Amino acid sequence: MKRQDFHRKLTERWPETGLDEDCENGLVVPVEAIHDIMQLLRDDPETECDYLDFITAVDHPPEHMHVVYSLYSLGKQHRIQLKVIVDRDAPTAPTVSHLWTNAEWNERETYDLYGVVFPGLKDPRRLLMPEDWEGHPMRKDYLHANLASKPD
Amino acid sequence: MGLIDKIPAYLEKTPGGGILMTPLNWAVNEVKASSLWYMLFGLACCAIEMMATGASRYDFDRLGMIFRATPRQTDLMIVAGTLTLKMAPRVKLLYEQMPEPKYVIAMGGCTVYGGPFYHDGYSVLKGVDKIVPVDIHIAGCPPRPEALMHGCIELQNMIRQEKLGQKRDRPGLRHMAAGTTRPSGLIVPDSMRIVQNA
Repeated sequence: MKRQDFHRKLTERWPETGLDEDCENGLVVPVEAIHDIMQLLRDDPETECDYLDFITAVDHPPEHMHVVYSLYSLGKQHRIQLKVIVDRDAPTAPTVSHLWTNAEWNERETYDLYGVVFPGLKDPRRLLMPEDWEGHPMRKDYLHANLASKPD
Repeated sequence: MGLIDKIPAYLEKTPGGGILMTPLNWAVNEVKASSLWYMLFGLACCAIEMMATGASRYDFDRLGMIFRATPRQTDLMIVAGTLTLKMAPRVKLLYEQMPEPKYVIAMGGCTVYGGPFYHDGYSVLKGVDKIVPVDIHIAGCPPRPEALMHGCIELQNMIRQEKLGQKRDRPGLRHMAAGTTRPSGLIVPDSMRIVQNA
């Protein structure tokens, strides 16, 4: 399936689904429907996206943060990327860790580096940084005492 | 008798054997310097060069250096690679578990001062000498096996200058930079030189 086929399939139930202009294989989907969309893409025999590549986020200050999901179908060999746009001050997206087990660590990493909270995640600790770390390093406005100033 | 000729010793031959007299200081230092067992752990790409140095082409064994997989049996810690802040307490714990006398080599730019992560590495410790005392700093990213062997030979020379009962943590003996100079045994043949066309 191509992106247009995914788009056509999703707009039947979620008409606000749009094409992602930044990514040639991406769709922008509403954040409140992400759980149902993921369930459909995984279980529908036409899409059959049984493999979750990764979850990550992209920081777009000052207002938005994008959470990106990449899905792949091992049987049908097609790939689709879904993007949800969340509020940067309180980024929240529902967890999908009960659909794919590896989403658990991906979501922990995304929380660790970007501060996106995934309600429903069983173990929402940090993954990479030390547990007592403050802040989320991949945000564009991140500052830390360990960062040295660059020479002009 | 090849070895006997080289050591500062007096040999008196007696029927059925002999009496060898040599400074105890020399004997202890020679024993310490000749079997530097290093701890088997690597943190980043420098560990690849350390593995290459330990393998057959460069052959650490000829310096009497073999790796041990436990800190209890090691004399030398080669910190090979980027040391993150999360890893730093573990490395310090490993150093504290080593028995005296113990030595540390900081291998590569990351362990010397932070390396390429000096400006932007929020999670990188800027120099391993902030947590453990370092005997030898080796420059490079990563250093070639020749540079690592040069550093080890420099460390052996430092050990041979030690005095009995001397407190080893005194300043001056440590924090000596070595390996920043070219290893004296490294000769670039003319066929490998880069000739710049005018």
